[in-house]
Amino acid sequence: MPIKIKNLSSIYSAGTSFEVRALDGISLDIGEGEFIGIIGPTGSGKSTLVQHFNGLIRPTQGEVLVDGRDLADKTTDLRAVRQRVGLIFQYPEHQLFEETVFADVAFGPKNQGVSVAELRERVHEALALVGLDPDAIVDRSPFELSGGQMRRVAIAGVLAMRPTVLVLDEPTAGLDPKGRDELLAQLKELHSKSGMTVILVSHSMEDIARVATRLIVLAGGQVIADGTPRAVFAQAKMLTEVGLGVPQVTELMLALRERGYNVPDVALTVEEACAIILGLSLRGEQQ
Amino acid sequence: MSILKNVTIGQYYPGDSVVHRLDPRTKLGLSFAFIVVLFIVKGFLPYAWLAALVLLVAQIASVPLKVMLRGLKPLTFIIALTFLLHIFTTRGGVVLWQLGFLRIDSNGLAQGAFLSFRLILLVVATSLLTLTTSPIALTDGLERILSPGAKLGLPAHELAMMMTIALRFIPTLIDEADKIMRAQLARGADFETGGLIKRAKNLLPLLVPLFVSAFRRADELAMAMEARAYRGGKHRTRLKVLKYTSSDFWAFCLSGLAFGVAYYLGRWA
Repeated sequence: MPIKIKNLSSIYSAGTSFEVRALDGISLDIGEGEFIGIIGPTGSGKSTLVQHFNGLIRPTQGEVLVDGRDLADKTTDLRAVRQRVGLIFQYPEHQLFEETVFADVAFGPKNQGVSVAELRERVHEALALVGLDPDAIVDRSPFELSGGQMRRVAIAGVLAMRPTVLVLDEPTAGLDPKGRDELLAQLKELHSKSGMTVILVSHSMEDIARVATRLIVLAGGQVIADGTPRAVFAQAKMLTEVGLGVPQVTELMLALRERGYNVPDVALTVEEACAIILGLSLRGEQQ
Repeated sequence: MSILKNVTIGQYYPGDSVVHRLDPRTKLGLSFAFIVVLFIVKGFLPYAWLAALVLLVAQIASVPLKVMLRGLKPLTFIIALTFLLHIFTTRGGVVLWQLGFLRIDSNGLAQGAFLSFRLILLVVATSLLTLTTSPIALTDGLERILSPGAKLGLPAHELAMMMTIALRFIPTLIDEADKIMRAQLARGADFETGGLIKRAKNLLPLLVPLFVSAFRRADELAMAMEARAYRGGKHRTRLKVLKYTSSDFWAFCLSGLAFGVAYYLGRWA
């Protein structure tokens, strides 16, 4: 059980008039090898929650256990936890700083004390994982790459630490549709190949519907839904109420149902919706 | 829960007191006069008088003492250093304490306490200015004070605009620094341990991205301003024209009187 959260609350600016309850009594069990999507409207506490996963924010109320290590305990080695739980922030390309791509990707493992001989292997492996050609890119300056490439290099910088849990906060923000599709496909492949636990924070229903096997919905600092994407998206009304929505194809299914067609109430991908509608028209012809 | 939340330079404490409503030029001028007086007068008595003045103005502006003293926090080290340097190096008077080559004389103690007092007053008084004047009003006032220099080729408006922008971006940059810091911490960076040189080197992963983003922001801002046809000070009119009121007159009179008292207390002592 890599991450276990019990009754976690987090309050910003406690005791002042600006007091904000960012998290309010959250309990979660995140198992090994899951692919989790966390969604929620702006200000629902998503970013605050994921920063608890690797101890960037220490829990003040409630418990966070990573591999059984209590993050509230002052003696817990947070750097070891941060190596296990890799956290990729929004716009990670803004954290690049080294002169070469190699040095930048090697920054994390170097801090872990990885030997020089192993560094090369780690950097090449991480760059390949994000779909970049290591030999062509390692000697270039990260600042002369394209936006999409910079983001991949930044993600590789975390992967090179070989975390067992990978948390990504809005990794597709600001990417073009092609870049987004590629990144999501690579995450999915990474998950199935390495067995890494992947936690994806997003407010794009489409992204999450496509890749996640479990969906956690946050609103007002509380978990308001937790289950398979299919089960969660079936509660379309509740999701709309908190300012979210359902994937467009699910909306389409709902609209079809309203007009009296016999279709399931959830479709997660365009392909699935396509098959359903095709099936419908075939049956229609037969009747 | 920002890591860098205790940076308070140029922070404004909103309010609606007489002090807040004074013309920024008045406040700038009086703050400057205060600093001059602070350096002219000597002795604990006039300093106590000046400290009382600062506290009185803070009371009128209803700025809590805690907020005012927050500005001192980043300077604790410098104040402590000043104190220690003087306490150990100034000779004269009675020897109070001695250990090997270290010796504290009574004059040293007095000098150290006096200069620390001066530094504290300096910081607290000037932070009172920024606490009660919004950055926009402050630069507006500065522009008006400098505007006679425009005839001599002094780019008063441009200077004021640069200051406005700089002040405006302090919180943005702090946020940015905080974000980058977290990202690098997540990659195992270490900002807290090690000697001075190691720590300075460890700041690189923070400073390089911060500079890159500052330049990017500056570029974008310049573009946005040009897109809205901004072209500097000439022919610009303003929404709020600064005007002196009777409270400015009284502020000048009363402060002049108070500074005079401080001067005489200094001479008399």
